Amino acid sequence: MADIIVQAFQQAINLITSGNPEVYATVYRTIYVAGIGTLLSCLWSIPIAVVLGLYNFRGKWFIKGIFNAFIGIPTVALGLLIYLLLSRQGEFGYLHLLYTLNGIAIGQAILVTPIIVSFTANALGSADSQLRDLAKTLGASGFRTNLILIRETIWSMVLSVTAAFNRGFGELGIATIVGGNLLGETRVLTTAIAIEINFGAFDVAMAYALILMLIVIVLALTISLIERVRNEDVSWSKLVFWRGLGGN
Amino acid sequence: MSVNLQLVDLTKKYRDVKALKSVSLELQGNKIIVLLGVNGAGKTTLMRIMAGLEDSDSGQILFNNQNTEPKALRRVSTLVFQKTAMFTMNVYGNLAFGLKIRKVPREEIPKRVEEALQAVRLPEFEKRRAKRLSGGEQQRIALARAFLLDSHVLLLDEPTANLDPNSAIIIEKAIISKKSSQRVIVMATHNLNQARRMADEIVHIHNGEIVEIAKPADFFENPKSEITRKFINGELDF
Repeated sequence: MADIIVQAFQQAINLITSGNPEVYATVYRTIYVAGIGTLLSCLWSIPIAVVLGLYNFRGKWFIKGIFNAFIGIPTVALGLLIYLLLSRQGEFGYLHLLYTLNGIAIGQAILVTPIIVSFTANALGSADSQLRDLAKTLGASGFRTNLILIRETIWSMVLSVTAAFNRGFGELGIATIVGGNLLGETRVLTTAIAIEINFGAFDVAMAYALILMLIVIVLALTISLIERVRNEDVSWSKLVFWRGLGGN
Repeated sequence: MSVNLQLVDLTKKYRDVKALKSVSLELQGNKIIVLLGVNGAGKTTLMRIMAGLEDSDSGQILFNNQNTEPKALRRVSTLVFQKTAMFTMNVYGNLAFGLKIRKVPREEIPKRVEEALQAVRLPEFEKRRAKRLSGGEQQRIALARAFLLDSHVLLLDEPTANLDPNSAIIIEKAIISKKSSQRVIVMATHNLNQARRMADEIVHIHNGEIVEIAKPADFFENPKSEITRKFINGELDF
């Protein structure tokens, strides 16, 4: 087992440094579908989250409960549903999105909607109620008060969008069922890993998995660094090089 | 002519608890009115209603003899909270926020912010992160933010609670300097010494009712209410 992991590391480095165009294209396609899917989802998820987080109305708990419940929806189940909708006989078959990257992106947009809605609505709902009073007592209108609360929780929103991106980036079900895992067209990192395992090429599969994890880790660290620079009011160089070494 | 604020028969209930029971009061400008009372007496509820942050269940608030709704009250009043709240901005952003909302010309804002910081003895604090300041500094910033708006009704809810004596004295002096015929100042506290130092008039509130209104000398030397006498002597059960 240790040999496979060592080989996988070597293979991953080889794959990254070899300039293999299919590897780079697979990474690009994975980032593309997760990125477009997340951005697309933001178009409706953030407004829904703002309404759920900042306004009180009847049945709000029920709607929030539904979104919370769908956070863990199995991607194969959602993939199947989207497949049926996008297939030639489906309601949206005329869009010809099946087995395309945009089809996967739409599927991922639906997949990550509950994540963005639930996390953002919770962040807005738990914003310090005193900030709302403060904005009002300084003369802000209801709309302006909501804007300032959104501004105050913007970092929680960034984290929820990042979590959504990661969910799309690492999912397999929609990419396989809606995308079809077509080499050179809709193959993404997760489907590439699955097919390499089927071929028995564990080292290549592991190499793809390492690339996948590397990208997720780099993204998470970048977001954390930006947050610390923002919160601690220190320069990038000081934060990265000095704090990284355990300095104050 | 001095501004005035009249509270007429205000009541407020939270579930089964009566926070205010028919409170009536007349407040004039050029005075510091101190609301005294134990914790839970109804001071904060009354302040929030006067600030237009909450509506009373019944009764009226008249500003300059005009019935005034909460939204309109928010335009003439400013409340400094007991627990200081700061936006995630630097000190300048926090101070300029209310001025921008009230559409003060942009070129005036830096000068006014600077003057407000001088008034609370925190000059050159503009670029500091507001949330990273000490409790006392944040309280002074909150006060400067309220001063800047030049509101007709300045409401201060225990503005020196949990502050060191030095910061408390700075804040007290800054508040006294804001006395004007065009401004009603109401300060809630449970600190008897502070009330004696600062008040032109003391209103003692207990269990949601006003039990005594008097000038400081009369309040402390010759209280009319038995509850007030017990409060002053620290004998009040609550």
